Amino acid sequence: MLTIRSFDTKAGDLFADGELPGFVHLYVGEEAVGVGACSALEENDYITSTHRGHGHCIAKGLDPNVMMAELYGKAGGYCNGKGGSMHIADVDAGMLGANGIVGAGPPLATGAALTSVLKGEDTVALAFFGDGAVAQGQVHEAINIAATWNLPAIFVVENNQYGEATPVEKQHNVQNLSETAEAYNIPGFTVDGMDITAVYEAVKEARKRAANGEGPTFIEAETYRYHGHFEGDQQPYRTKEDVDIWKDRDAIETFKGRLVEAGVITEDEFDEMKAEIDQQIDDAVVEAKEAPYPDPSEAYEDMYSATVPEISQFSSQMRADGGEDR
Amino acid sequence: MSTETSSGSGPAQTEEMTFREAIRLALREEMERDEDVFMMGEDVGKFGGVFEVTGDLVEDFGETRVRDTPISEAGFMGAAVGAAATGTRPVVEIMFADFIGVCSEQIINQMAKNRYMFGGKTEMPVTIRTTEGGGMGAASQHSGTLHTWFAHFPGVLAVAPGSPASAKGLLKSAIRSNDPVIVFENKMIYEQKGEVPLDEDFTIPIGQASVEREGEDVTVVATQRMVGESLELAEQLDGQTSVEVIDLQSLYPLDTDTLVESVKKTGRLVIADESPLSYGTHAEVATRVMENAFFSLDAPVQRVGVADVHIPFSPALEQEVLPDGSDVEAAINRIV
Ligand SMILES: Cc1ncc(C[n+]2csc(CCOP(=O)(O)OP(=O)(O)O)c2C)c(N)n1
Ligand SMILES: [Mg+2]
Repeated sequence: MLTIRSFDTKAGDLFADGELPGFVHLYVGEEAVGVGACSALEENDYITSTHRGHGHCIAKGLDPNVMMAELYGKAGGYCNGKGGSMHIADVDAGMLGANGIVGAGPPLATGAALTSVLKGEDTVALAFFGDGAVAQGQVHEAINIAATWNLPAIFVVENNQYGEATPVEKQHNVQNLSETAEAYNIPGFTVDGMDITAVYEAVKEARKRAANGEGPTFIEAETYRYHGHFEGDQQPYRTKEDVDIWKDRDAIETFKGRLVEAGVITEDEFDEMKAEIDQQIDDAVVEAKEAPYPDPSEAYEDMYSATVPEISQFSSQMRADGGEDR
Repeated sequence: MSTETSSGSGPAQTEEMTFREAIRLALREEMERDEDVFMMGEDVGKFGGVFEVTGDLVEDFGETRVRDTPISEAGFMGAAVGAAATGTRPVVEIMFADFIGVCSEQIINQMAKNRYMFGGKTEMPVTIRTTEGGGMGAASQHSGTLHTWFAHFPGVLAVAPGSPASAKGLLKSAIRSNDPVIVFENKMIYEQKGEVPLDEDFTIPIGQASVEREGEDVTVVATQRMVGESLELAEQLDGQTSVEVIDLQSLYPLDTDTLVESVKKTGRLVIADESPLSYGTHAEVATRVMENAFFSLDAPVQRVGVADVHIPFSPALEQEVLPDGSDVEAAINRIV
């Protein structure tokens, strides 16, 4: 949780300084959901993510240094600079991709869960998606297929109370999003997404069901994003006080309090750990800054596994004399 | 700052404004003119649109006519088709053209086909506004230029304005049309300024190109952002090469006559459009000219666009693949 908090806080600062191109959506405040859920998974399990994916990546074990390089658009980033913040993926690590299309992840998770059944594996696929995404038709389709086919899938809604600027009650007619599980005849739970233990327990149970061939579970985690929808969002739709109510229940602080109380860790040890992590993220930034950009010619690579004459033909024409781009 | 200019039939008031403001003005005028016109899309209401195009319209027309939707493109596109078939004139905003695949079923199989399938017994006055183009580091899923798909697909009309005036004139025609029209707005030129007619009845007919600058040596047919790029280049080349610049404006139907007339004069043609080069808008323009003015051509037709790749994220890569004035210049140099 600390690594995510540190990484995304830094990413926000870098964006504000004009260091990072493109769109950046931060996970600050929602850490307990990603970490609680991924801690309950096995290493070979799959996750799908969203546009707000940094936290899922880190929770699934991706390397913050390589992620930071990607945020900078540098060679050596997870996508070699072709994806950026919204498209970080590492299929080998079970991370099927952050996703720029709201609601596009759950169908992928359903597919990964189908693979598990077809190949007789014991892996489970978990989809993270937002409260806004619950309104997407393809999310409904994905859950319905997984439920009907009894696939080992887990659907985790991160209800951070908004889809962009629109509050959840203006997007949905149900009180709790987990009620929608009834429509698929699968178990549905609403848990406190600011409590890592609650998320962990719920996903652990869901994973057990999935692995036992009892099909998917729908989990709604109630949480909150401390930052705007994207960096630069002026947030006219809420007040500082609204945000503070949730900050008072901060997941990291709560969990730390418990660990200290139980004698697992001391305040000093916590501070030391946090300083170490902050240093690691600072180092990641230095490394990413120093890394080279991909060679411009790489823009024409990776489209197909076969060689396509059009691309080389057109690109050499576009790159020919006088076609110098800056 | 309003100015009086004389054009053809009489004095016409114009005002300098941005591309974004021109679109908002068209929306406002058409909403005022016809109660059946309403808008829907994601955060188009109080938030004013992600690209701030709809702005304060909700204050003037209320939440009923300027509707925030859930993030359900397929759902609200379908609702627009049903609403249009039963007597309203919806204007739908699809935040990024890249998302259009999410609701393409409703566009391709319902909106575009209903009138034909029903034997002409229904009208389909839907306007879709959507944004295209790279240049802001938004990566492949938020930067595409897809208009050729819809210029190609029977049953929809497609326009792609290159100036604030054409943005206003084309959008108004789109909203007044009884056929579905998709308006493709390049997101990098929302801040571009130009003189825009204030006349509430100013429209630009769909299917009409506009000669933005006259020239003798070469015709550049451009769309969207490439219109401005080409005009700037033409200015720079003034004295060396005389460049005629045409804003294509309408992708389908295509104004073949204006193109042919120009090439008959200049004998040379460059087509500049930000879509991928294969099977594209470029090919259609070239073919129209070759079919109609083959013996006037003094050199091979040149295409400027994106080399069949997606728009990458890194600035180093993005700038590489996006066409600009220098690419138009290189194309001109190949044939003049
Ligand atoms: C299909 C689609 N529609 C719209 C968008 C623009 N968009 C990006 S994030 C977002 C809000 C998503 O809300 P939610 O699912 O609750 O996720 P959160 O941002 O709150 O994490 C929207 C509308 C998109 N990327 N994809
Ligand atoms: Mg949300």
